[in-house]
Amino acid sequence: MEAYKLPLGRTMERFVDWLVDSGAWFFDSLAIALEWLIDGATDNLLLLPPWLFIAITGVMAQWLRRNTGLTVFTVLSFLLIWNLGYWEATIETLVMVVCATSLCVLIGVPIGIAAAHRPLLYTLLRPVLDLMQTVPTFVYLIPTLTLFGLGVVPGLIATIVFSIAAPIRLTYLGIFQVPKELVEAGKSFGCSNRQLLWRIELPAAASSIAAGITQCIMLSLSMVVISALVGANGLGRPVVRALNTVDIASGFEAGLAIVLLAIVLDRLLKQKHEVS
Amino acid sequence: MIEFKNVDLVFGKNPERALPLLDQGYDRDRLQSETGLVLGVSQANLKVNKGEICVLMGLSGSGKSSLLRCVNGLNPVTRGEVLIEHKGEVLNFFDADHQTQREIRMKRISMVFQKFALMPWLTVAENIGFALDVQGLSKEEIARRVDAQLELVGLTEWRNHKPSALSGGMQQRVGLARALATESDILLMDEPFSALDPLIRQQLQEELLQLQSRLQKTIVFVSHDLDEALKLGNTIAIMKDGCIVQQGNPQDIVLNPATQYVEDFVAHTNPLHVLLCGDIADPLTTLPAKDDHYCIDTKQDCWFNADTGAAQCQHQTITVQRWQEGDSMADLKEAPTLVSASASFHDALEIRHRTGFVVLVECDDRSLKVIGDDQLYRGLLGNLG
Repeated sequence: MEAYKLPLGRTMERFVDWLVDSGAWFFDSLAIALEWLIDGATDNLLLLPPWLFIAITGVMAQWLRRNTGLTVFTVLSFLLIWNLGYWEATIETLVMVVCATSLCVLIGVPIGIAAAHRPLLYTLLRPVLDLMQTVPTFVYLIPTLTLFGLGVVPGLIATIVFSIAAPIRLTYLGIFQVPKELVEAGKSFGCSNRQLLWRIELPAAASSIAAGITQCIMLSLSMVVISALVGANGLGRPVVRALNTVDIASGFEAGLAIVLLAIVLDRLLKQKHEVS
Repeated sequence: MIEFKNVDLVFGKNPERALPLLDQGYDRDRLQSETGLVLGVSQANLKVNKGEICVLMGLSGSGKSSLLRCVNGLNPVTRGEVLIEHKGEVLNFFDADHQTQREIRMKRISMVFQKFALMPWLTVAENIGFALDVQGLSKEEIARRVDAQLELVGLTEWRNHKPSALSGGMQQRVGLARALATESDILLMDEPFSALDPLIRQQLQEELLQLQSRLQKTIVFVSHDLDEALKLGNTIAIMKDGCIVQQGNPQDIVLNPATQYVEDFVAHTNPLHVLLCGDIADPLTTLPAKDDHYCIDTKQDCWFNADTGAAQCQHQTITVQRWQEGDSMADLKEAPTLVSASASFHDALEIRHRTGFVVLVECDDRSLKVIGDDQLYRGLLGNLG
């Protein structure tokens, strides 16, 4: 049976090689732009003294949720991270997550809207989304590495591939589930297609889309360690280093920092009535 | 004014292919089993005059909502015309270009929905102003019209609440106010009161009739309840399997049901609020007569002289009294009573009960008719004509 092996892997490799050869200018400039964006944002945030950043976060948390317990937890978590010495790595991870989520939303929400309006598009899209979520990350980490080189960008791309399905699916679901009567009401009062989208469909789907964004943030955060493997900075790097040197102490501390960041982001951004 | 002319409506992919089959006489079931297309409405002809309420009546699936949705193009007709007046000329909605259709939807036609279809994220005032905002009116104009509508439906204190805080009846008032705010002259109402409790439903029916007497809109109202149709409609069109089986005024429907289907509906209605004295009265000539005197009561030995308009009971003369709508029933004496043909059956029954004498009916051509016990019983049992 194995004598006539189908050349699937070879073909894929040739395709990636072709991409690298013919699209080098594109991928290089994309990598430079993304790197400039992430490094710039990180450097600027690191100019703020940690205490000021923590104070601003505390005020925002209080304003956003009006829950004193949550605000105290947020401030204490950041203070602990600062104390453990992971301040810079946390900011780097935060920027990475915010960048990845913003790009996912910018790309994913319009795709979700388009899919909700065109059943055929969603039929085609669904297996692609399933694939993106089930293929082990390392498999597409290899071609991204050859396309973008070592650094923060392949990590960002891998993160986007892994987490973009959430905003696409939940935007699709939200728009698809807008009650038919609301759309009819909009039409009957003379809404144009654009007005229908902005005044009826998007507000009606808002909570579903917001849930998609929250999920996207959590999925992005879960990719920090894998990004660190290809050279991204952030909280993943001490974890990888601890793994290589079998350093239980710093592995535990860095892991704790990731968990605290995840809990804070989740609690601050989750919709009030959302079922976990 | 709205006029449906030979409207066919078919749902499904490429509905035009159903048309030749329909012309060959395919019915709804055959069309569906052979092509998978669903016949919504078939050959509907109906005219609704300005200031009238036309009720489309039928069981669910009879095509009444589908026909209603043709008026503003939510359902595009497969064949036929829907004529409405726009800027002084009569045009077919489906011949108009896209821009005109939007303009008609914004300014000519508005709609009230069965499940209210209010935007849950907007306040009551914002919901009422929704259509105006879509039109791009100025903030001041929107505020002015919204305030007027809030006042009209009595929800001024609720203006800043979300619809979810309101009861069903109040939510539908918001839906009505939203439709009225556009000041359009055609109002489409798709079973607007069906989702409400019976008492609230009756209350809103009364309110709609009051509003209509002031605003004189052209209303197409969909209902599955014949009592509601008879109460609200100037004309009623009864639909079955996509066809209009009978159209006419409420009395027509009750007195002369065209088919068994209509008869079944009518059998379950209360004729008291529909029929008029003119519908149930019989000519005086059906009574026993002697020298121009008609015996209006055999037990009390009462005779009525049609020429003089006087009555004699056991050889004593009794004056025939007049009663008109709006007069107090308590002032009626024990004597025969003369009413107009447009007085309701309900009034006739109550007069008979209070006076103990027959009710005489003066028809439009000044001829006289009589409502005795016979006529009352037959009216109640629905055995007229």
